[in-house]
Amino acid sequence: MIFDWRYAWEIMPRLAEGLVVTLQATVLGMADALTLGLALALARRSRHRLLAWPTGVLVEFVRSTPLLVQIYFLFYVLPEVGLRLSPLATGVLALGVHYAAYCSEVYRAGLESVPKGQWDAAVALNLGRWRMMKDIIVPQAIPPIVPALGNYLIAMFKDTPLLSAITVLEVLQAAKLVGAESFRYIEPLTLVGAAFLLLSLLSAAAVRRVEARLRLEV
Amino acid sequence: MNELMTPLLRGLAVTVELTVAAAALAIVIALAAGLARMSGRRVLSWPAATYIEVFRGTSALVQLFWFYFVLPFFGIEVSAFTAGTLVLALNTGAYGAEVVRGAVLAVPRGQLDASAALNLSRVQTLWHVVLPQAIPAMLPPAGNLAIELMKNSALVSLITITELTFAAQLLRAETLRSAEIFGVVLVLYFAVALVITGGVRLLERRASRGLERGA
Repeated sequence: MIFDWRYAWEIMPRLAEGLVVTLQATVLGMADALTLGLALALARRSRHRLLAWPTGVLVEFVRSTPLLVQIYFLFYVLPEVGLRLSPLATGVLALGVHYAAYCSEVYRAGLESVPKGQWDAAVALNLGRWRMMKDIIVPQAIPPIVPALGNYLIAMFKDTPLLSAITVLEVLQAAKLVGAESFRYIEPLTLVGAAFLLLSLLSAAAVRRVEARLRLEV
Repeated sequence: MNELMTPLLRGLAVTVELTVAAAALAIVIALAAGLARMSGRRVLSWPAATYIEVFRGTSALVQLFWFYFVLPFFGIEVSAFTAGTLVLALNTGAYGAEVVRGAVLAVPRGQLDASAALNLSRVQTLWHVVLPQAIPAMLPPAGNLAIELMKNSALVSLITITELTFAAQLLRAETLRSAEIFGVVLVLYFAVALVITGGVRLLERRASRGLERGA
């Protein structure tokens, strides 16, 4: 039993369709995670204990529990409370929330790396809290953490196959369907593995370039 | 609630068993691959580097399905539990190898020179000088990896191992009490994560005993 290249070539278009869904889920999920993550980071730093403390617990809880179970939770429980989302939307939401918890820690490190003088100066200039964050602190906190966020983007990309568990037709699900039709799993699953390897090595190289450039600028 | 807890706790026991077995195997793999990766000999460093890149660069779930569906084509029949343990260990081991490498590289160069001056063999240097200093630095990231491993163990529910997540799925199909079941399951996983965090902290304290950690 060896790798059949002709068969591999035949199934390529169907796997490519799945890969498109995988990439969509990754991009949408990351957009979610970046926005929600910043909100969580700011809430966790808030002076109001009633906001900061529960946010901290939530972040720890989400980070310490399996993404797959979170996906199931949203998939089964959201419809019960009257929120009907497509499986893909549910999956994107789960990815977004899970990685928002990770990203919020990265943002927190970024916010803490902004020199104290910048905060003091913003206060001295009598800027409001909102303007201080928006115009002074956040713009300086983001660039140094771009590589770390990039690594989470890659991690999320590698986690999207979990959406196959709630019937999203992403690349792994496509491979399994192809395999089930022909009883040949070796080609589809190996191709999917190769696609993941290629894309994550390329994106890891891109992250390293960004990192090197940031180091030059500092 | 009680009728839910019995099957869930039985599932939790399997999750813990899987996590412990895979973690033990992952430690061995991580040390072997991490040290081989740093070896000057290409026969050692190249296979180690390939293994690390392949397992870090692909999705854990894809690895699991590959082992479960493709290996039988090569005439290798493995049980779901073996495939699950093996993939979890290989996946975590690849990340762990980088932890090992980082910690060993952080041991000051003078320590190696001193070992050479004392005429210690390579094995003696590694065992008595390098590892005792590198291990305390490995523990915090290793603790994070242990939690990642525990979380990844939920994936094996997709190859029909009745661990906690699969037990929850079965129970849901039976009772349809989704919110309760998956809520309890999340809390159980969180509890295991807390135990791991606490355990690693104890280990950290023990391992750094007698080592002066300067500023």
